Amino acid sequence: MAEPATTQRMGFFTDTSICIGCKACEVACKEWNEVPDDLVGWAGRSHDNSEGLGANRWRHVAFIEQRAPLGDQRANFQRDGGDFRWLMESDVCKHCTHAACLDACPTGAIFRTEFDTVVVQADICNGCGYCVPACPYGVLDKREEDGRIFKCTLCYDRLGEGEEPACAKACPTDSIQFGELEELRERAGDRVQELHERGVADARLYGEDPDDGVGGAGAFFLLLDDPEVYGLPPDPVVTTRDLPETWKHVGLAAGALLAGAAACFARSGR
Amino acid sequence: MSPRRTERPVAADDYYGRPIIKPPVWEEREIAGYLFLGGLAGASSILAAGADLRGRPALARRSRVMATGAVGLSLAALIKDLGRPARFLNMLRVFKPTSPMSVGVWILVGYAPLAAGAAASDVLGQRPRLGRVAGLGGAALGSGVATYTAALIANTAVPVWHEGRRELPWLFAGSAAGAAAGWGLVVAPRAENEPAVRMAVLGALAELGAERLMERRLGMIAEPLHEGTAGRRLRIAKALTAAGALGAGLLGRRSRPAAIASGAALLAGSAFTRFGLFEAGMASARDPKYTVEPQRRRLAARG
Repeated sequence: MAEPATTQRMGFFTDTSICIGCKACEVACKEWNEVPDDLVGWAGRSHDNSEGLGANRWRHVAFIEQRAPLGDQRANFQRDGGDFRWLMESDVCKHCTHAACLDACPTGAIFRTEFDTVVVQADICNGCGYCVPACPYGVLDKREEDGRIFKCTLCYDRLGEGEEPACAKACPTDSIQFGELEELRERAGDRVQELHERGVADARLYGEDPDDGVGGAGAFFLLLDDPEVYGLPPDPVVTTRDLPETWKHVGLAAGALLAGAAACFARSGR
Repeated sequence: MSPRRTERPVAADDYYGRPIIKPPVWEEREIAGYLFLGGLAGASSILAAGADLRGRPALARRSRVMATGAVGLSLAALIKDLGRPARFLNMLRVFKPTSPMSVGVWILVGYAPLAAGAAASDVLGQRPRLGRVAGLGGAALGSGVATYTAALIANTAVPVWHEGRRELPWLFAGSAAGAAAGWGLVVAPRAENEPAVRMAVLGALAELGAERLMERRLGMIAEPLHEGTAGRRLRIAKALTAAGALGAGLLGRRSRPAAIASGAALLAGSAFTRFGLFEAGMASARDPKYTVEPQRRRLAARG
């Protein structure tokens, strides 16, 4: 038996500056979680052959090619003037502090675990699909042949046994780091500072701020360019934040509908 | 060494044009159809209750029958659209105010038997007092059935729907009133259709007014409301709704054929509105710029 389960908040720190694009995380995730095969073939997008996160992709490695230098590194690549950098990022469910999918789920299938991660229970989900457009990152999706919604569980089964998630275990460069969230945030802050000192001024953290629109992500990132370049929303907000305002207008409009109808019957001929 | 910012040679605002959020996996026929039918049902119950209280029996009965049919079809569409229809009852495990879908299911579960009970009592001529009480309850919950669907779609990351959250409930209330009034105009004798005429005009004004406000406030996010399939549907919707309300207001009391034609235009206008707004949301979800640009501006404004 492994060590007993912790009750601290666990998460991922994905440091894209040391990702080598090997996709071991994608493969390990699929193997451990028995996620169906769904390769789309070469998508004509650098080395990306899995398109993005979805019901059958709980880790996705993005590849971006840019004619720009990376810090003070010289690309050994002289075509078209020389500068070149390859950005690679392993994306994953953010396990938000304020999770829109969890708020939206009408069956209670989506719940928060003792590790503060967000998990869909497959034996309860009825495939209503409401969590799919609720997610500001586009993480959840319906598995067509199954009808239910699937996403990263942060290897809930492995965590219970004191094991780290399969993707982090398989990552050969420690680009994917698993651990206690507070400690990961500290480590990430040090890493950004180190990169800045080494001349990589573009390095920035994404999703680490507890004051952001989702209350901070349980899985956050070190990026080398704007989030949207990686297909991430620049300022995601949990949709439920605006729900009180929405309900207020629904209530007023429903009342107006009743009052307006009453007016239609007032002082009529008979 | 001093850090250098990298100049990006090509201004890339997205990842190979892929959507950032996932467009809803809902089928258009079922869910846009439900937005229409739910509005028609809820507002028909309201019109029927008024007609019942004010002695317009034909309008009351035929609106009650429509409310029952529309909510029945709605439930069938909602269940069919589930990935696992056999698990529909899992919806009743919990009540979650944070989930408009959960709130809506509970409203429907209360509303459907009341609407059906009022219609059955009326058609069969049994228990008229109980039927009237059921009809009044159906009208009260019907106001929720007709409007909560705005919260249902607004409580997503879909740009057009989420940013339209203030106007959509008013737009949906107006569209529902227009549809119910349209049915009333089609089926009620001239002697009974005055409230339907008034409701048609009020509903159309609310719908068109709310839509105008929304288009203005949304800025660049309003583009999908004007372009492509959604834009076409919404233009047709506006024309039908305006024509139906005008026809009802001017001729609906005098001529049965005019009342029927106006009513049909209002019903079709409401349906085009819902299918147009559904498609506008889908289009805004598919193009990452509607997700990225407003968020970037928000970040820039915060500094």
